Amino acid sequence: MAHDTTVQTAGHDEHHHESPVVFGFWVYLMTDCIIFGSLFAVFAVLRNQFNGGPSGHELFELSGLGLETALLLVSSITYGFGMIAAHKNEISKVIMWLGVTFLLGLGFVGLELNEFAHMIHEGAGPDRSAFLSAFFTLVSTHGLHVTCGLIWIVTLIVQMMGTTEIPERMMNKLTCLSLFWHFLDIVWICVFTYVYLASMI
Amino acid sequence: MLGRLSFSAIPVDVPILVGTFLGAAIAGLAVLGLITYYGKWGYLWKEWLTSVDHKRLAVMYIVLALVALFRGFADAIMMRTQLALAYAGNPGYLPPHHYDQIFSAHGTIMIFFLAMAFMTGLFNFVVPLQIGARDVAFPFLNNLSFWMTAIAFVLVNVSLFIGEFSQCGWLAYPPLSESQFSPGVGVDYYIWAIQLSGVGTLLTGVNFFVTIVKMRAPGMTWMKMPVFTWTAFCSSILIMVSFPVLTVAVALLGLDRYFGMHFFTNDGGGNQMLYLSLIWSWGHPEVYILVIPAFGVFSEVVPAFSGKPLFGYGTMVYATCSIMVLSFVVWVHHFFTMGAGPDVNAFFGIATMIISIPTGVKLFNWMFTMYKGRVQFHACMYWAVGFMVTFTIGGMTGVMMAIPGADFVLHNSLFLIAHFHNVIIGGVYFGYICGMNFWFPKVMGFKMNEAWGIRAFWFWFVGFYFAFVPLYVLGFDGMTRRMNHYDNPEWHIWLLIAEVGAVLILFGIVCQLTQLYVTIRDRNLPANRDVTGDPWNGRALEWSTSSPPPPYNFAIVPHVHELDAFMHDKENGIDTRCAGGPYAPIHMPKNTAAGFLIGAFSFIFGFAAVWYIWWLAAIGLIGVIGTVIARSANKDIDYYIPADEVARIENEHSRKLMAQAAE
Repeated sequence: MAHDTTVQTAGHDEHHHESPVVFGFWVYLMTDCIIFGSLFAVFAVLRNQFNGGPSGHELFELSGLGLETALLLVSSITYGFGMIAAHKNEISKVIMWLGVTFLLGLGFVGLELNEFAHMIHEGAGPDRSAFLSAFFTLVSTHGLHVTCGLIWIVTLIVQMMGTTEIPERMMNKLTCLSLFWHFLDIVWICVFTYVYLASMI
Repeated sequence: MLGRLSFSAIPVDVPILVGTFLGAAIAGLAVLGLITYYGKWGYLWKEWLTSVDHKRLAVMYIVLALVALFRGFADAIMMRTQLALAYAGNPGYLPPHHYDQIFSAHGTIMIFFLAMAFMTGLFNFVVPLQIGARDVAFPFLNNLSFWMTAIAFVLVNVSLFIGEFSQCGWLAYPPLSESQFSPGVGVDYYIWAIQLSGVGTLLTGVNFFVTIVKMRAPGMTWMKMPVFTWTAFCSSILIMVSFPVLTVAVALLGLDRYFGMHFFTNDGGGNQMLYLSLIWSWGHPEVYILVIPAFGVFSEVVPAFSGKPLFGYGTMVYATCSIMVLSFVVWVHHFFTMGAGPDVNAFFGIATMIISIPTGVKLFNWMFTMYKGRVQFHACMYWAVGFMVTFTIGGMTGVMMAIPGADFVLHNSLFLIAHFHNVIIGGVYFGYICGMNFWFPKVMGFKMNEAWGIRAFWFWFVGFYFAFVPLYVLGFDGMTRRMNHYDNPEWHIWLLIAEVGAVLILFGIVCQLTQLYVTIRDRNLPANRDVTGDPWNGRALEWSTSSPPPPYNFAIVPHVHELDAFMHDKENGIDTRCAGGPYAPIHMPKNTAAGFLIGAFSFIFGFAAVWYIWWLAAIGLIGVIGTVIARSANKDIDYYIPADEVARIENEHSRKLMAQAAE
């Protein structure tokens, strides 16, 4: 509900509920969480179905993964700085921190694509075995979410450019994206431990 | 350029399809011509297709559901006719590959586009009014949900005339549905129809969950919430928890087909049981998603026509919630025969049987509501009582199949078909039609014709038993489902009886159409007009508004004091409407074309993905993303109805109420 463009009128607030946008988006994220939960379950069932192909132990390289993880976790912090600036209504700082977050996220996606290209080049693509199908699907679903987040960040940066204050509707969008971005971090930590680390042991 | 699509995909050599196409084309052109003749395109676009008003969307959902009913029923009666004919030397008139598409389309359409659309229509109409809200939490998403459902239904119907539909049953079990065994486009149509409509359903679930949590009128605590709203709430939770699993299951099947992955294939380490577990951990909650709101309808209708409050409100709420939870721990009963072992089967068998306890509680509550009540046998009550009898039988045959030993005999036989039609027709369909008869005057401002409603009920009720009791018998006789032809002479007579049942149901549908026609024809007769907005002496808040309600529903948001808020106000002389004001301007969302555009681009994307036309799929996808971004940048999304206008509408209704009271 955009109150910024319309005159606040008496009586409107009689039925004014706190905007349901952020709560609604949080609920939606929980349904997304079930998508990831199902994909983790699928991975758990298929994780040893190598079909004579390579296992995770042979494929994964922890050094690149460490960098990916670091980029994503730091990007959560920078997004947090952006939110602090947003609460202080400092638009140029918000845009700056969102820009940094975008670059970190882009770096993560780039590294992930590089890892995928490397694996496919070695003949360990998603059609090699059930294990690799489950691996590629789970990890790239996360990567696809990050990509959507990147598009979202750019959209909000463009929408904020040239404005002088952050209205309620924009604040809601920033908060939803914040939830989304941190949620993807949590999912990544599960991917990192359950998919990568558990295969390395 | 056109991927797999060529002229050979158009089935000009199948007379049934050519005839259907000509019929559909003529009917479609007639409708378009009439709209053009009366110059209604602007009205249709501005007031309906782009509407974010939950009441308008409800009507569109129910129209969609009725269209789906005709398509799904046409499939049904074709199958029954085939089996009445295809005995011994006679091959019938449907070759196996066509017959297989028909039963797959029948199941898909009836569940996803008749039942789900009808249910969402009832949610949309009733829930905001019952909780004293002016709209749902996210009106634009509500419009988007409708369009995602609608275009997915169009996609299923396009498969009739361009290419083919899935031949793998309504759940497309692998490995049959893998590209190795189903190389055509049928399963791809199925996949994209399910995924696109799934987006709509998921958003509906989130929307109604948030609406009910956040937007109830002041004073309406959880245990003062009407039972239909409770059931919509539980159903929304089930949607949110189970539909993502369906999305995953069907997406993985798609990845197998499109990218040669090995989730469910025979080779490469795939695991078909994984698909079954995923699809049924959606599929079992799904049937409760459908039937719980039907229980909600009966919980509104039975008290209204018994002149009594609902018996055992609290137990009704707890029973609904326990069914909601239990629905997640029973999915293995769909495949007892597939080797999970006696311990697992015993657990799931017992869990399944336990569900009959809360369901039994509900049945007794409805019967005790009628007990010593002043029962009026309105058409709604026919559907309600017919439901109680039919659904009880269906429930008991369900408990029979929950016994793993018995299931080994009955699995995939016609006994199963009879069972789930028993609960889906006797529970879900009877419930939704009952709800349509009940809330129709609130939607349209005039009552439905009762005589034709009762005729429709008797044809459906009797037709149901003729059509499905023979299937129970045939199941015991060993006839399996999805057969196209048979040689056993003992089965023939039962399949002829079932055909008679299907024809009786056809008469039932004709009566329903006649009922709609007569209702609209006689809408201006004084006896049919609903001037007061409260034709049945109703109990919940929706009956406190005018019929049809104004765009903002409630000029002044009511305060809820008790369960059955409106009845409490009537008995205590409280004016729920606070007629006379003071009125304030009302904040409203503006209509938008964004939902329609996202739907249209999604359709292009889905169709192109089915046929591997990748450039077109890219256009569709970019269109979807572009429309979302444009919508996000749009600042012109709301307006205010001025206080004068609100006062004018409200005073007009007050005048009508007083004139009615004076008569």
